Parts: sequence; structure tokens; C-alpha cells
Amino acid sequence: MSATTFGWLILLFPLVGTILIALNYKRLPGTSAGWLATLAIALAFAASLGALFSLLGDPTTHRELTSKLWNYDVSIGVDAQLSILVDPLSIFMALVVSGVSTLIHMYSIAYLKSDRGYSRYFAYLNFFVFSMLVLVLAGNFLLLIVGWAFVGAASYLLISFWYRRSTATKAGIKAFVINVLGDVGLVLGTFFILRHTHTLDFQKAFAAAPHVFSHNSTDLVAGCLLLLVGAFAKSAQVPLHTWLPDAMEGPTPVSALIHAATMVTAGVYLIARMHPFFEIATTAADVGAIVGCLTLLIAATIAIVQTDLKRVIAYSTMSQIGYMIMGVSVGAYSAGLFHLMTHAFFKALLFMAAGSIISAMGGEQSLDRMSGFRKALPFTFICFIIGGLALSGLPPFSGWLSKDDIIGYLDNRGGGFEILGILGYVGALMTGVYTFRMIFRAFWGEPCEEARELEHGHLVHHDVPTNPQTGEAEDTDVGFPGVDHHIAERDWPMRFAMSGLMVLAVIGGALQIPGVDDALTKFLQPTFATSHLYNLEAGTGTEWVGLIIGALIAIAGISIAYRTWVLRPGASSALEARLPRLHTFLYNKWYFDELIDFLIVRPTQWLGRFNDSVLERGVIAGGVTGGTTGIVRAASAAVRRAQTGYLRYYAAAILVGISGMALYFLISAT
Amino acid sequence: MAIGWYLTVSALIFCIGAVGVITRPNPLVILLCLELMLNAGNLALVAFSRMWGHEDGQIFALIVMVVAACEVTVGLGLIVAIYRRQLPVNVDDLNELNG
Repeated sequence: MSATTFGWLILLFPLVGTILIALNYKRLPGTSAGWLATLAIALAFAASLGALFSLLGDPTTHRELTSKLWNYDVSIGVDAQLSILVDPLSIFMALVVSGVSTLIHMYSIAYLKSDRGYSRYFAYLNFFVFSMLVLVLAGNFLLLIVGWAFVGAASYLLISFWYRRSTATKAGIKAFVINVLGDVGLVLGTFFILRHTHTLDFQKAFAAAPHVFSHNSTDLVAGCLLLLVGAFAKSAQVPLHTWLPDAMEGPTPVSALIHAATMVTAGVYLIARMHPFFEIATTAADVGAIVGCLTLLIAATIAIVQTDLKRVIAYSTMSQIGYMIMGVSVGAYSAGLFHLMTHAFFKALLFMAAGSIISAMGGEQSLDRMSGFRKALPFTFICFIIGGLALSGLPPFSGWLSKDDIIGYLDNRGGGFEILGILGYVGALMTGVYTFRMIFRAFWGEPCEEARELEHGHLVHHDVPTNPQTGEAEDTDVGFPGVDHHIAERDWPMRFAMSGLMVLAVIGGALQIPGVDDALTKFLQPTFATSHLYNLEAGTGTEWVGLIIGALIAIAGISIAYRTWVLRPGASSALEARLPRLHTFLYNKWYFDELIDFLIVRPTQWLGRFNDSVLERGVIAGGVTGGTTGIVRAASAAVRRAQTGYLRYYAAAILVGISGMALYFLISAT
Repeated sequence: MAIGWYLTVSALIFCIGAVGVITRPNPLVILLCLELMLNAGNLALVAFSRMWGHEDGQIFALIVMVVAACEVTVGLGLIVAIYRRQLPVNVDDLNELNG
């Protein structure tokens, strides 16, 4: 089979899975919906592997294949087709998405076992994977936009999965609104590009780009900036990031799948895919790099002070995606995508481990309440440590190689980009601190009540479950979390999924070791064949220097965390007391929510109220429609007087009328 | 004989009928007066027909008679219905269809 046949199969399996589960959600017994969904995604992964091997069998100059099922519309200036593009980049993304999704589906089988919305959950999850695969395999702008909007919708559905929880539905709406903002940016950006290239097809548009656009031409810079708005909204970059921490209201596997491993990296993919445009519109690319750098710093500072376990990991995700956006914006495509892959592994692992701890706490997510889980959750502990080390960038874990690949490229590119590289190291230091702050607080110290109970083999169980954010009482019916909690130590599908990711988080970096192998760079070469930035990688020696610096910085970060939260337990609160303003500022997330509320939400609400009271009620209801009905009513009241109901009156009127007419004609005839 | 006389008689009968329709409250009398007006018209038609030596006017007169017969049927039916429902047999009291 050709690679494109495999490409269509990748899309087919999750779609069939979604439809089967959605139509039979009442008939599927026990955990069969979960297994069916997992099978569908595993088959998609197998098809991705098939496409990979099929592609590797082709000569490197023929590794960009398009396949079209049908035309929607072909007219002047628009060629809307249902077509996919199978090239190294899309297959790389499909492999990461379907591979990680398979493991997360498997984890969910056990994690949501007692939830009343079990089948619905898996239908959504399969739909999400389908949308994401449409996004990465799309061969034209139209299908890209479709996939882009679909993943936003899937994200909304999954964040609000517990739809009776008010905080979850609000978070879902917030995520959806910000994502739609990104969709609008993407669509408008596409128009700017379509206007000059006259084609929606990626390959044709990329080929035309150098001929129709001059360096930094206004239209292209505007188009690329609008594409960046789409990328920033989807990838939670400043200032469109506020939805991501709130999205942690969804079930933990959803956080792992959508809000760490796959969907939020769509922005990175978009910039890498659109590289022929960004390399011409260098101003837009620079904006992307600067925003990525800002995000990684801002998110890291916030992550250091947050107390909600999942939110700490969410801010860490933002920060890591900042690295990727920065990387692909400056031209470190293979490094950025490499980090995307390793991040998917260790961040999904961290979320899964966090899910296990949260279950052991009976749904509680606050780091203030958890401590000393080392003995109670030995397997989760190992996963968390490995994920944490990979995230901090300690050798030989995957994050070490990928993160420093990006920073090394920045340092090598020169022209002011070294500053971003140095700021990247600052972020790396903070990464070590916040990651191990989380680990030390959750696993070290005196075991908390739940941990002690668990050491005696008793998993905590609340009689009245509550919302961990607000403390509101809940029940366990559909629309709220299920009655039982599941930890990795007791459910083998969770353990299996976490083991798989653990292995990948350790060895995933082997794909790209400087001087040893550059497998990923070589594999992705055909997609970036025309790029003049792609082969700007530093020499092997320089890269190793960068890697050693990175490792030292990671160790420094971890030791700071160790000194602050293990050796001297009171140190962090003393620091808080000494810098209360800074702490409040960071704890309130740089007041971004308040700022957006002040700048956008409140003026919009005010405008809405103004339109309601003045425009709608006053002008429309009072003036336009009210005036018209008033005239008609007055006129009909006048005419109604003539209708007396007396027969003789009517007869006389007719007689007078006819006589009058006859007289008129008689007079006018003479 | 000049046609003027015929038309004078016709106009007189028509005016008598019209005044009757407007002034009398009894529906039966109104119906009779209506017949007077119709037949005044018939007289005029026949007179004109004779003057022109053409049969169209007479055909019109016959059609008017047919219509008048129909109209009387409906009208009398209404009057009987009013009477049966014990409503006042007075058009001034039947004024519910006002604006």
C-alpha cells in the first residue's frame, strides 16, 4: 500500500471508533467502550507506522505525497478539496499523536471505570484524536481549519465532561471562546495568503510563496501574524493562555492528552508547517520567538508558586510550549519538533502520575494537603521522578537532549537570538525548581493522612464527594466524577500506559544525539528541503557544550528545590514572608485574568448592556418597530370609526358614493 | 314615445326603493325595496334595449331577475333565521359588526 492509503486509514479508524461508540453508548457493556476506543487509536498508530515505513521506502525527493478524495469546489481563486498531505512532518505528528493517545486511552479505561459517562467520554476522546489527525494530515488550508476547529470543540466537550460541575463548564466555555479567537486568526491569515497565492493547497502555496511575496511584504507579515494568533490561542501563549490552567477542570487523562501532549502543540506544528511563509515574513517569525520566550519565563515563574498540582503541571506545559514556539519561530524546526515529541512523553507521564496521586487523595488537588506519598505510591513515585527529571532536562533523559537542542540552535543562530537562548537557560533553571518543588512536596516529608491510610492498604473514600476548587458537595451520578478512585498501583492498564511512557521518556532522546545520530533531522529533511534555516545547526562540539551547561543548570535547579523544600522546610514560607508582593503577584498569575477581564470582558459586557437597554429597547423596540406599529394603530383607529354596524348607514354610504361617482363622470363627460 | 318617460319612471321607482332601504328598519321591507330598485334598473334596461333595437338589454334584465330571485332566497333565509333565534327583527338592533 502507498503511504497515502495509510494516511486515509489513519483518519478512518478514529472516525469509525467515534461513530460506533457514540451510536452504541447504551449497549456497550462494562469497559468495552474503552477497549474499543483504544483499539481504534492503536490501529491508527499501526497505520501511521505503515505510512512511516512506506515513506522510508521512497527516495528522499519523493516523500511529499498528496492524495485527494474529491473536490468540494474548484472555481476562480479557490480550490477546496478533501486532500491529505503525507510527508515526514505530518507522519511524525501522526505517530506522536496516535502513539501517545493509545496509551492515554488505555490509562482512561481504568481511571474512569466508575464514571457514569464512560462511553460518552471515549466517544469524545476518539473524536478528539480524529480531529487532531485531520489537523496534522490536512493537505490544504481548508482541511487544516476544519481540524483546527474540531480539536477546539473536542477540547470544550472534554473540559466540560463533568457538566454538572459549574467550574468545569465555565472553564470549557473559556477555553472554547479563546480557541475560537484563534480560529478566526487562522481563517483571516489564510485569506491574506490565499489572496496572493490563489490556491488553498499547501504544496502549491509553498511553491508559489517566494515568487508572489517579497521579503517582509505587508500582506504576508499580516497573514503570518494572524496565523500566529491562531497558534498562540491553541498553544496557550501569552496573552491567550489563560484557558489552559482552567482547562485542568477536565478529567486528568484529558489534561494529559489534550492539554499537554497533543492539542496544545498544534501551534508548534502550524508554524513548522508554514515555515516557507515565516521564513519570508521574518518580522512575524521574530514576534513568535519573542512571545514564546516571554511565555516560557512567565509560566515558569507562576508554576513556582501555584499550589494546585495539576495547575503546576499546566503552567509547566505552557512554559515548555514556549520553548517549542520559540524554536520553530527562529528556524530550529527539528529541535522544536523533537522537544514536542519528548514533551508529549514526559508530560503525559507526569499528568498520569498526578492523576494517580489525586485519586489517592480522593480528588483533592492541592499540594498543601499532600505529602509523603513515597511509600504509599511507589510506582507513581518512580513515574513522577522520571517524568520530572526528563522535564528538568537532566541527562540522560529525553528532555535534556531536546530542550538544549533548541537553546543550542538559538545560540548558534546569532544576530541577537543569543539573548533568547540565555533566557531559555533561565527558564530551564526555574523548570528544575518548580518540578522538584512539586515532587518534594507531594512525596517527601511526613506522610499525610491519606498516604498513611494507603500504606495500610486502604484507599481514601469520601462519603460526600466535593468539588476540589470550591468545596461544593456533589453526587456521583452522570455529570460528576464516578464513585471510585483508581490508582496506578492497583489497575494494570494505568500501570501499563505509564510504563510505556516511562520507557519513552527515558530513551526517546536517543533519536537525536548530537554527533551520534540525527535521525529526526534527517527524517524531516524532505519537508524542510527549501528552508535556508533548517541546516543551520551548531557543530557537534558546540552542541555538547550546550548540553553540559543545560545539565548543570538542571542540577542547580533541582538542588535549589531540594534545599528549599527538603533540607530547610520553613525556607519557602520565610521567602514568601520576605517578598509578599512578589508572591501575591505570581500567585495571582501576573493578574492576566484580571487584565483581560478589565480590558475585554468588562467593556464587552458594558457594550452588551448598552445595546440591550439603549439600542435594542430604545431605538429598535421604541423607535423603529414601535413607530411603525404606532402609525398603523392610529390609522386603523381612525378608520374603525366608519364601521358603525348600522346596515342603513352602509346602504346610504354606498348610494352616496355611487351617486357621487356618477355625477363626476357626468360632469366630466360634458 | 320618447325614452325620457321610461327613464323618469325608472328613476322614480329607484328613488322610492333607495329611500325605503335607508329609512325602514324592518328587514322584510328592506328586501321589498331592494326588489323595487332592481326592477327599476330592469325597466331602464328594457327601455334602452328597445331604443337601440338590440336584445342585449333584455338579456341583462333576465339575468338581473335570476340574481334577484337568488338574493331574495338568501335574504328571506336570513330573516327566517333571525326570527327563529328570537332576535329583534330590526336592522338597527343588529349592529354587532361595528369597529
